This record gives sequence, structure tokens and C-alpha cells, in this order.
Amino acid sequence: MSHASTESHTRSWWRENQQKLTPYIFLVPGVIFFLVYVIIPIFESFWLSAYSWDGLGEKEFIGMANYHELFDDEAFYTSLKNNVIWLVLYLLAIPAGLGIAIFLNQKIRGMRAYKSLFFFPFVISQVVVGLIFAWFYAPGFGLFSLIIEKITGSEIAILADERFATYGIIFAGLWPQIAYCMILYLTGLNAVDPEQIEAARLDAAKGFKMLWYIILPQLRPATFLAMVVTIIGALRSFDLVSIMTDGGPYGSTRVLSFYMYEQALSEYGYRMGYGASVAVILFLIMMVFITGFIWKMVGDERKGL
Amino acid sequence: MRSMLTLSASVIAVAAASAVSAGTVKYYGDFDPAPLAAMQEVIADFEAANPDIKVEFQNFDHEGYKTSIRNFLSADAPDLANWYAGNRMAPFVNSGQFMDVSDVWEEHGLKDSLASALPSMTIDGKQWGVPYTYYQWGIYFNKTAYEQVGAEVPETWEEFIANCAKFKEAGIDCVTTGTKALWPGAGIFDYLNMRTNGYEFHMDLANGKVEWTDDRVKATFDEWAKLVEPGYITQNHAALDWQDAAALLVQGKAANYVMGNFAVAVFKEGGLTDETLGFMPFPTINPDVPRAEEAPTDTVHIPSGASNVEDAKKFLAYLATPEAQTKINAAMGQLPINKDASVNEDDPFIKAGFELLSTTPGGIAQFFDRDAPAEMAKMGMEGFQEFMVKPERRDQILERLEKARTRIYK
Repeated sequence: MSHASTESHTRSWWRENQQKLTPYIFLVPGVIFFLVYVIIPIFESFWLSAYSWDGLGEKEFIGMANYHELFDDEAFYTSLKNNVIWLVLYLLAIPAGLGIAIFLNQKIRGMRAYKSLFFFPFVISQVVVGLIFAWFYAPGFGLFSLIIEKITGSEIAILADERFATYGIIFAGLWPQIAYCMILYLTGLNAVDPEQIEAARLDAAKGFKMLWYIILPQLRPATFLAMVVTIIGALRSFDLVSIMTDGGPYGSTRVLSFYMYEQALSEYGYRMGYGASVAVILFLIMMVFITGFIWKMVGDERKGL
Repeated sequence: MRSMLTLSASVIAVAAASAVSAGTVKYYGDFDPAPLAAMQEVIADFEAANPDIKVEFQNFDHEGYKTSIRNFLSADAPDLANWYAGNRMAPFVNSGQFMDVSDVWEEHGLKDSLASALPSMTIDGKQWGVPYTYYQWGIYFNKTAYEQVGAEVPETWEEFIANCAKFKEAGIDCVTTGTKALWPGAGIFDYLNMRTNGYEFHMDLANGKVEWTDDRVKATFDEWAKLVEPGYITQNHAALDWQDAAALLVQGKAANYVMGNFAVAVFKEGGLTDETLGFMPFPTINPDVPRAEEAPTDTVHIPSGASNVEDAKKFLAYLATPEAQTKINAAMGQLPINKDASVNEDDPFIKAGFELLSTTPGGIAQFFDRDAPAEMAKMGMEGFQEFMVKPERRDQILERLEKARTRIYK
């Protein structure tokens, strides 16, 4: 009897608080993983960047020495410069993706097949993209280098030439990134209100004006999302650099994330502290953008958008 | 993926091994298929001679091994582990991860029988492992290309450069290399520096005792410039892997290749034979320095965390014997270190390498990325690659390396 009453008591306590507790219970697994794999490592990186450590022996506290060295390190500035180039050129994926999306947003037989062909580069792995483009540029047998040789008469090894290598990699990276932006815009275009377009037509809007004043404002959420994924994608570019040039020729295509890996984890590195200090700088740069994004999202929510 | 599989397999093996009583030796290594088979034979022979000891061998792929060794040495050490000689083992020795095995060297007279590898196995006056194989570096050349332009096999650097002019005229790259992975360029530097300034200087440079901006280093780069400035080296070497450059040599588009003996297999697969492929020692630059050679050495070590040290030492002693070294090197197509071991007399490249190394008066270097600490090696090899593309940046490159030197060797 008493047993039954306690059970009904607990059950009623659960019933009372169910509504309040459930969201937290659902959040717990996510929060735990986020803490363990994202938040705590961020603080660990800050902490580690004040040490000199090879990953095996004793850690030695050296204060800001890693940063002093970093700001006097040619390779760091090369990486930083390349990151900026990445950031600027990668943004081209947004207008290009929009263009293709508008072009593909027609009702023609077999359109789905065309769309999926355009989307294809985003589905395949970055490693495969890197390999394809590395062959495309390869001197001697690559299609691109053969074309260049036909036109200019001399062979250019894109990925071995410090002047072009970074641009060559970014171009490869744009291929899947454009596809990604295209998909974001295609879904956005589905949500465009046909009545507004109709109304704009009646007011004699067409062409660029139609795009700029009627379509684009309605695509704002898609544009925002495309900005976020493209900027973050540009800053964390690593796979393509690693696959296509391995940072070479003589380190001229390094980006920060690659330099961090090289210093901390590659065969010739194992300077955990120094790698961590590169990671901290990269984190701070990303933080500028992430704060901006969150700022905007919170603002939009307040406005009830 | 493969390394993950082998790693998980090794975890199972470890769990199984810990259940077995003493007398089991855990051995982690990274062999290609042919050497693996030979090592397994050596292990079987050892077990036959020592019926109370069982060796449990676990193979990793090369790249996976380089990463895993740092973990398993500190977390769950085997009794034996593969690694490399020279400065490459220094981090593990200095952090106390490898065990001092000087007693094995003393007891079995290895200082005599493995004398050629003694300096590269010694840190702080002690020996830290046992070497079982090495291979020579030198210049491999396409004999057909030499005949085509009517060039003689050179003995001195002037003759070599003079040949290059002939090759250039015929549209053949005098020297080919593929520096995409950086290290092939270091082979050229090592030889130029050892021929210009000698072994001692080269080692001092690798150990951070000489400034990179020293005039003697500049002299080495001046010799190098004689190849780079007239365009005698394959143009797009920074875009090529070493195998791509090997293809150029095979096709007769290039005449010479500064390489290690492991490349012979690739040359022969490409169609060269003992008749069309030649080998020569790197030519003399400064006749006053004794000839030194490059021969990277592979080794086996006992980790400090090993549980069965006694039997592991027995295995090391066995691995040092002429019989074991003859057997494994026959399968690897490489050279034994034990001076009483025998080599395959039918292979002209093995024979040439054995003679070359056993008569070296100057000393045997391990290769730049094993002689110099890892970070210096990386920066140096990038500098070498840059120099071969932009020789006019010589001073800039050397100043950068000098800056790295003052930081790395505190």
C-alpha cells in the first residue's frame, strides 16, 4: 500500500515538472559532448599555448614566448595572408551559386537531373576534389596544363609555382562551395512568394531590378546562411591544402589551420604549444565572424523575423 | 583506415599477450610485404633457437606507425619497436622512452661487427638500439642517355657539370628530382655539402653547431647554383613526386637522379635493366675532403616500458648476427650492417653499394631528415626546394634557416 503511494507520488512529481524538465534532459547529451569536444578544448588550447611541449616529455611554462615567436615568423604571415585571400575569393561562391540557382530554377523536363549534376561536387569528398584538381593541373599530362601549353607555348605547373598555387587550390575549393551555395539558394527560391513577383511584374519590374528589389530581399535567410558556411569554410580550409600541395612549394600555400597541424602534429612538428598558439589566433579570427553572425541572429529573433 | 584496423588488432593482441606468461616478446614494426616475410622468418629462426621464447609480432603501415609510436611508447609499450638511427631517435632517447642497450653491444662484440653504424646509434656514449639494414645513396643514371649525347661517366664535379651542358643541348634534364614531398632535395644538399666541406662539417651543421650563414655553407650553395642557374635540374620538380621523376629517368628525358637504392625497383619496373641503368658515387668536388656517403639505417629498440627486457635483448643480439642480417637484407634488397654478413653478388647495385659503404673513409650520414632534428629538417628541406626554384634567394633562405637554428638548438 505504502509502496504504491510513493510510486504515485513520484509519478505525480514527474508529471508536474515534466514540461519544465524535458527540454533540459534532451539538451544534456548535446551539452556534454559540446563541452568535452568543443568548449573545454578551446580553453585547453589557450592554456597549452603558454607551454613548450613536444607531446612526450615535460611541459615547460614559457608564458607568451610562443606568441612572440609567432609574430616574428614569416610562415605565420604567409599563412595569414593566404587565409585572407581564401576568405575574399571564397565569397565568390555566393554570387556564383546564386547565378546557377536562378538559372536552374526553371520548369524543364529532366531539370532534377541537371540540378543533381550541379550539386554533385558537393557530395564527393574534399579529398577527391583535391585529387581531381591536382591531376587537372599536373604538368605533363593534366588537361589544364596542356591547354596552357597550347595557348602560351610554355608549361606552367600551377601547384608548384608560388605565384599561382594558392589560387589553384581556392579554385578547386570553389567548385564544391558553389554547389553548396546553389542548393541553399534553390531551396530559398522555392519559398519566394509568386504573388509578389506577379505584383512587381504589373509594376513593370524586370531583369536586374526584379532580382535586386524583389527576389534578393526574400532570399535574405539563404544569403545569410551561405555567408556563414562560406566564411567558416574558408577559414578552416585544410583538406585541399593538405591533399594538393601539402603546404608547398616551400610553404607558400599554408593557411593557419594547416600551419597549426604542421607545427603540432605532423611528422616534422610536435611543437604542441606553438601549434596551440596558432590555433588560438585562428580561433580569435573566427570569433570575430562568429560573434557577428550570432549578433545578427539574436537581433533578427528580437525583431521577430 | 588500415592503420586503425591494425591498431585495433594490436590492442586485441596486447590483451591476449598480457594473459600469456613471461617468455613472450611483443614486437611492433612497420614492414612492407617482402621484408615482413623475411622478418617473420628471422623470428621463426629465433624461436627455434630459443624454444622458451615466443615473439608476437604486430605490423603497422609506415605512416600509421610514425603516429602510433608516440602513443604506444608511453601508454602501452611493446618489448621491441622499429625506428631509425641518428637524430631521429633522439627525442625518444632524451625523453627516456628507449632503453639503453649498451650491454648487448658489449656482450656480443657489436661495436666491432656493427662498427659502421656505431656512431649513428650512440647518444651520450651509450647505444640505444640495434641496426639491421641500410642502403646507399648515390647517382643513378640512364646509360642510353649518356650514349645519346656521347658523355662519359664523370668522376669530378667539373666533368659532371660539363656533361650537363651536353644534356641540356639534347633537351634532356641533366639532374632530375621530385621535391613535392621535400626530402629528395635533401639528398642533393647532403652530398654537395659533404663533398664540399666534408662529413664533420655536415654533421656539425645538422647538429646546429655551425651557422647557416657561414661562408662554407654558401660555398655549398654556390656549387648547387652551377646546376640550378643554367636550368640543369627538371623544371617542375616541386610538382613531382619522386616516382614521377623516376619515370623521367626511365623514359630518357632525364640523365641523372640522386637517389637511394630503393629506387632501383621502380626504375626496373619502368623498363630499365642492369644494362641500361647505371650507378655512380656522387662525384668529387673538393679532393681534400675524405669521401663520405649517405646510408639511412633502420633499427630496432627496446622501449623503457617493456615488460620482458631480458628476452627482448636476446632477440636484439640475434638480429645483429650475420645470419639474420643476411637473410632479412636479401629480402629487402638492402645492405646488412654486420660486416660478416653476405650480400647478393648477382645484384650490381647491391654489390656496388656494399663496396661503396664498406670502403667509406669519411663517415656515413643518415640523411638530412634523420641527422638534423625534425623541425630543422623540415625548414631546411623547404629552403632547399626554394633554392632549386629561386636560386637568387640564397641569402634570404640561409638567414631564415639561421634564425631557426638559434631557436631550435637551445
